[in-house]
Amino acid sequence: MNASLFALALMDGVSYAALLFLVALGLTLIFGVMRILNIAHGSLYAWGGYFAATLGMGIAKFGLSPMLGLPALFVAAIVIGVFLATVLEFALLRHILDKDPILQLLVTFAAFMVLEDLQRMIWGVQPVFVSDVVTQLGTLSVAGVTYTRYQLLLLPTVAVLAFLGLRWFLGGTALGRQITAVTHHREVATAMGVNTGRVTWLTIAVGGALGALGGALASPTTSFTPGIGAEMMVLSFAVVATGGLGQIGGAALAALMIGLTRSFAVYLMPEVEVLVPYLIMVGVLLVRPEGLFSTAAARRI
Amino acid sequence: MKLLKTLTAIAVTTLASGFAQAQDKPAELKIGITTFTSGAASVFGVPAKAAAELLIEEMNAKGGIGGVKVAATYIDEGIGGDKLLSEYRRLVQEQGVRTMLSAISSGNCNIVAPVAEDLKVLNVMWDCGTEKVLEEKRYKYVVRTQANATTEMVATVLYLLKTKPNFSTIAVVNQDYAWGRDSWEIFLNTLKALKPDVKVVAEMFPKLGASDFSTEISRLQALRPDVVLNTSWGGDLDTFVRQAAQRGLFTQGATMVLPLAESSLERLGATLPEGVIVGGRGDHYFLHPETKDEPAHKDFVAKFRAKTGSYPIYPTYHMAQALVGLKTGYESAIKANGGKWPSSEQVAEAMRKMEFKAYGRTVTMREDGQGLEAQLLGTTKRVAQYPFAVMDKMMLVPADLVTTPVGQKSPAWVKTIKADLLNSDRLKTYDFK
Repeated sequence: MNASLFALALMDGVSYAALLFLVALGLTLIFGVMRILNIAHGSLYAWGGYFAATLGMGIAKFGLSPMLGLPALFVAAIVIGVFLATVLEFALLRHILDKDPILQLLVTFAAFMVLEDLQRMIWGVQPVFVSDVVTQLGTLSVAGVTYTRYQLLLLPTVAVLAFLGLRWFLGGTALGRQITAVTHHREVATAMGVNTGRVTWLTIAVGGALGALGGALASPTTSFTPGIGAEMMVLSFAVVATGGLGQIGGAALAALMIGLTRSFAVYLMPEVEVLVPYLIMVGVLLVRPEGLFSTAAARRI
Repeated sequence: MKLLKTLTAIAVTTLASGFAQAQDKPAELKIGITTFTSGAASVFGVPAKAAAELLIEEMNAKGGIGGVKVAATYIDEGIGGDKLLSEYRRLVQEQGVRTMLSAISSGNCNIVAPVAEDLKVLNVMWDCGTEKVLEEKRYKYVVRTQANATTEMVATVLYLLKTKPNFSTIAVVNQDYAWGRDSWEIFLNTLKALKPDVKVVAEMFPKLGASDFSTEISRLQALRPDVVLNTSWGGDLDTFVRQAAQRGLFTQGATMVLPLAESSLERLGATLPEGVIVGGRGDHYFLHPETKDEPAHKDFVAKFRAKTGSYPIYPTYHMAQALVGLKTGYESAIKANGGKWPSSEQVAEAMRKMEFKAYGRTVTMREDGQGLEAQLLGTTKRVAQYPFAVMDKMMLVPADLVTTPVGQKSPAWVKTIKADLLNSDRLKTYDFK
């Protein structure tokens, strides 16, 4: 493997990691605040993608400016993410906060299946895609290999901005600090006057929008089909588990590790590509059972 | 002792009456159809189910099969092998279904075939491709009304070598599951038999349902192979084609070979460029060069479009073949049975000795239950009449040339294929008209 192939693998890995990170970020954020592993997060990814594709088709159909394509992806993500997350929170999640983790898992899994069926009713089973955005942004050539600007520049930029933005929000704003407080201890935060209900809803909305954003940004390059949510759910869970549940920095590092290792595997050992995320997860969890960025948990008596 | 005798007597009577019942014309012919209505493979299963509904309705309007109306029950293959099997058994044992059309997935065909044999139920494998199922075991009750993977892949190699005889390197990007692996094995062994100097420069097997092929595409762009094979289907194929097109892989000079892309042509619209080799697992295409003007075929295309809004794709044609094959089999068994309603065994036997025609060329059934179905391949071309690519430079490959003979096994047989096959005067070519 020479230097230029190394660079190619690096670029592919980063752009793949970017999408993975966005979805995992939403999942880990929600887990941090609610301590619920929200399986329905996979549906948010799927719905975000389908809805973005619908908007994209609408733009083409009504002859609107193609410049709207890119903003439409973000609009789609926010609308569908906030909407679905709100429905999930009010209808389900807030009622199962104190329940057994197994039950929580089952309830969100049920929600996932319901959403998957609804999605099939709305968008059908044929693959859906709208790729005008990628074409508009054009391509660039690196070492004789053509890349799309969308994939090479836009996706990593959005991921980095989401990461920095969220860090700043959680650490630098009053609301963000309230979220952090709830993450540490819900009851104590409530006692200190934090409106946990509102904070929880906000987190879920942001987390949901991030999941949907992952889907929306994937929609110009990926065909959306039934089952795509489950695929992403499993993968982003691997990222979150590797990074440490509830750990944003951990999710970023784990997504990068998985993305890069996977693309190097395609060049060096294509046979193990499929296994890579799980090999990394097992490797990390064997050494650090709480994940990469686990913090020492205070024992609650 | 007396008790035992009584029991035996009861058993014999029940058995006999059961047998007699099978000979009487039933009120309706119950059939079970397994198809994907969930998961990624529903891109095939749902259109095929629509075709089944359409065709069964039509068949019943014309008197059904041997004067008996057909009533179908559908099972979703997406629920997984174990659950599929319990649904299958439930249909047979509780609802008395004696005729099954199963399955799309090769994995599911492997699961249901021995069970059908065990339950003595006629099982028509209506879409699955694995050649192993009928080569490794002889079944009495299991038949397949279309080609198998060997026929499909050998025909693809022939078409590739006919249209592009001079190339030296090939790379493969197939889905990482049975079909992706097996189809590559057959393709490569055939290619090596016909063109031993070919060099394989990359073998990539991304996950089934993968959403991103950018690393594979980068690697292909760096390697610049002469030929790229990709036997994937559905969303995976669409995604690969889109990402490859976005990144200019199609304009780099490699010949792309996509043996299942007939089922993606309409969806891919303007994304799929000209000059790509495509196939459709058989000789069925809404613009089939020999049958596109046949009234029955035109009628089917029109009705299917009215019902679903899309042109029929290969799984819908496979469904048509299974239903026409079933009707032909039943009717010839009725005839052989002196006009009386036949048992599953008699139908299964009749189905091994028949010919039938749906919307492609005539399919001939063999004694091992395998159907001999011609293969249609072509090269994409853009035309004014359709907003998506159509097949041009089409070639029809007769199945007997490219199918493993009865009693032999594909891995060994494909290695014995001789290059003079390429000069056969039975390979007919057609341009888009």
